[in-house]
Formats: sequence, structure tokens, C-alpha cells
Amino acid sequence: MLKRKDLLGIKELERGEIEEILNTAVEMKKILKQNVKKVPHLQNKSVVILFHENSTRTRMSFELAAKFMSASASNISIATSSVQKGETLIDTGKTLDALMTDIIVIRHSAAGAPHLLARHVRAGVINAGDGMNEHPTQALLDMFTMRERFGQIEGLTVGIYGDILHSRVARSNIYGLNKMGAKVKVFGPETLLPSGLERLGVKKAGSMEELIEGSDVVMGLRIQLERQKKGLFPSIREYARYYGFTPERTRLLKKQALVMHPGPVNRGVEITTPVLELSQSVINEQVTNGVAVRMALLFLLTRGIRP
Amino acid sequence: MNFKAKIFSEDEVKRAIARISHQILEHNKGAEDTVLVGIRTRGVPLAKMIAQNLRRFENLDVPAGILDITLYRDDLSLKSEHPVINGSDIPFNIEGKNVILVDDVLFTGRTVRAAIDAIMDLGRPKTIQLAVLIDRGHRELPIRADYIGKNLPTSRNEIVSVKVAEIDGDTGVDLYTLL
Repeated sequence: MLKRKDLLGIKELERGEIEEILNTAVEMKKILKQNVKKVPHLQNKSVVILFHENSTRTRMSFELAAKFMSASASNISIATSSVQKGETLIDTGKTLDALMTDIIVIRHSAAGAPHLLARHVRAGVINAGDGMNEHPTQALLDMFTMRERFGQIEGLTVGIYGDILHSRVARSNIYGLNKMGAKVKVFGPETLLPSGLERLGVKKAGSMEELIEGSDVVMGLRIQLERQKKGLFPSIREYARYYGFTPERTRLLKKQALVMHPGPVNRGVEITTPVLELSQSVINEQVTNGVAVRMALLFLLTRGIRP
Repeated sequence: MNFKAKIFSEDEVKRAIARISHQILEHNKGAEDTVLVGIRTRGVPLAKMIAQNLRRFENLDVPAGILDITLYRDDLSLKSEHPVINGSDIPFNIEGKNVILVDDVLFTGRTVRAAIDAIMDLGRPKTIQLAVLIDRGHRELPIRADYIGKNLPTSRNEIVSVKVAEIDGDTGVDLYTLL
């Protein structure tokens, strides 16, 4: 049972805790289908969304999740905040505490920033992505999507391809899927695979073909040009040919398999438009499920907080 | 907790539920456009019992759903540190229906208030009615039941314990006093 004030990474979670989050999210998804998409549960709670990096879906998803639970949701735009005047993260956190914030949702380009913040504030902290470390709510919504389609995660083979090195989504998914009993395979250019993959219990595939053929879930990742040094691969065109999910490769996909991607996609690079339009592609479903998973987390992390 | 009195035996529970079922039929002139919704936990098997009676008495098929009001409670953080959502299951449309809420004990009325809110979020029913096995008094809100198994005047330091075979192994109602 989840008994923490923060969600900083999947690495720290136990399988039982992941299951509780996913089970609660099933009920939250029902609320999203109701006439009135709103429950009064977090009526007197305040959620602050503090993003030091750009985002459409994660930011929006957290904001909607908070609103559907009747919490007040405020966004801090870094560009117009006191961060520009040199305020430190810890001081920003203390300010938010003084403003009676219950949950801070943070995205930061530095790995470990949410952990640092969590140690210094009374409010609960949710990591919405920290540098190249973790993106736990993305992994939770990915696992939710897989479990919804396959009934269980145990025994699935999940193939993740692309820029694994810079991907916090991949890292969180690898931790989570391992704990839930799935096998994880990866494929990408050697320069974009982190060292020590075997220690994480991950196998490397030899080609895109092998990865697609053998997987129940094929998950693409965006090349994170904003985090990369130059020269990790020769050209986008070559990358797309060897490491992209091209239309010709769809015939290798299992009939029941799912195609996933955390978004945003680089069309024509790691994934192509015909693949995005396959019936097996659940990329938009992932976005909906993200709201349900985040509602579940807000519920679970705020229980025990007294009004 | 001290045992004080046996209020209902299994047979008496069944008779009370049978009477409530008849009253529902009488009040709604049959059961067309009527749906049952049991409030978790013990309202659920009671709603099922009523549905079975309606089939037995008049061969009517009345759907029985499940309502979890955890997210609608106003006393959640007072009640338990770690509430769990078990989920609602109302696989039918309640728009324009007579919705009969079923619960085991009517006490402060706060559970029913939460249940009414939850139903309203699903749609706009024609009426919402309330059936309870025991009404023990001490209302804190202006709420009353339409169908009552037994009016049981209690003091606040007493506990009404309803058991239903499906959940507790046997069926009956007992009264206890807190020490």
C-alpha cells in the first residue's frame, strides 16, 4: 500500500504499490467517462505545477487531473517567475509551502531536482520528469495501458527502441516493467544505449526487425536533440532508415501487439505516419490514461493529509 | 464492545427486505424505469436481494448496480488514514430512471448525501429513493428514508452491526454498546 508523501521514481516503488496505483486508476478512468467529470475529493487541496522544461501533455494532464478531483491547480511559468531573479529551487519550494501547497508537480532538467525539493518541503512532490533520470507517471500510464489491453503485465515482452540513453521514460519503464514481471528488450544505435543495460535486466535486440517481431508492445522514443551532444549518429535520414519504425516493418508486428510512444513524436524519424495510424497504435489512448493515472496518484498521495 | 441485543435474525432480515420490495413495487406502480443501486459495502448484497425478490414476485428484471462513495465523502480524512477505492459499477443509464439507493444502516445521513451527489454526476434521474434495513436516528442532515426495515432508536455510543451472508458468512443484525 502506497504510504508516501512523494512520488519521485519507479525505482523506489514496490510492486504492490504500483498495483495499487494502477487499480485506483481503473476507477478514475470511469470518472473520465461520466457526464460530470469531477469528484469533490480534493476540494480543499492545492496543487502547484512547476515546470522548468516545456511540455504539452504532461502539464495539461496534471492540471486536468487536479481539476477533475476538485483541487485548485496553479501553473508557475518559469519564464515569468522569481527563478529568473535567481531564486533557488529550495527557496521556491519554501515559498510554495508558505502558500499552503499540498502537492508540487515538478519537471526539471537536472536529475534529482525533485528529490532535493522533497527533502526540503512539507508538500508532497511528484516527479514529472527529471533530466535523464526518471519520468515515473509516464511509466505508470504506459503500464496502465498495457494492463488494460492484455489483462496483466507479467510475461509480456516490451520492445523499446530509439534514444534510450537520454530517455527518462525508458528508465522508468525498465524499472517498472521488471518489477511487474515483463521482459524488456531495447534497440537503438550503440551511441544511444546506456552502459550497464544487462544489470538492469534488459536484453539488446540485433535489429529493428528482431525487436518488432518478438514484442507484445513496441515502444518508440523520441531522439532528444535538446539533451544530446553532436555526432551521436550520422544523419536523421540514416537514423530513420535503420532505427525508425518504417511502414515496411509493420508486417512484422504481431496482430495483438501495441504500438506506443510517450509523445511528442518526430514524424518520419523514429516513427512514421502509417505506423501511427495503425489500429495497434494506442498513442492517444496513452494520453487519456495519463489523466486517470495522475488522478489516482493525487488521491493516493493526499490521503492521510488532514484538512 | 459489548453485545446488547439481537435485532434481526436471518429470517427477519429476509422478511424486512421482502416487505421493502413490495413497497417499492407499490410506490412505483411496478418497477418500470426503476434501478437499484447498492452503496458499498453492505448495501450491495441487500440491493441484490431486492432485485431477486422483484423477479420472484412479479417477474421483473431490475438492474442492480454498485456505488462506491469514497471520493464523495466529507469525512474521509477523519475516518481513516488510508481509504481505498473499490469502485462503482453502474453499467446502465440512470437518466430519467427511478434510482433506489440501498444501504444497511441510516445514521448521520452523510453517506446518503455523498451517494446522491455521486448519482447526480452520472446523469439526471427522475427520482432518487432510499431504502435502508435499519434507521438508527441521529441525523445530521435533512435526509429521510423512503423504505425502512426497522426503526431502531439508539444512543450514540451504540453500534449497529449488520451482517450479510455474502460478506460476513451469516445474516442478521445485532446491537452493541461501546465500553
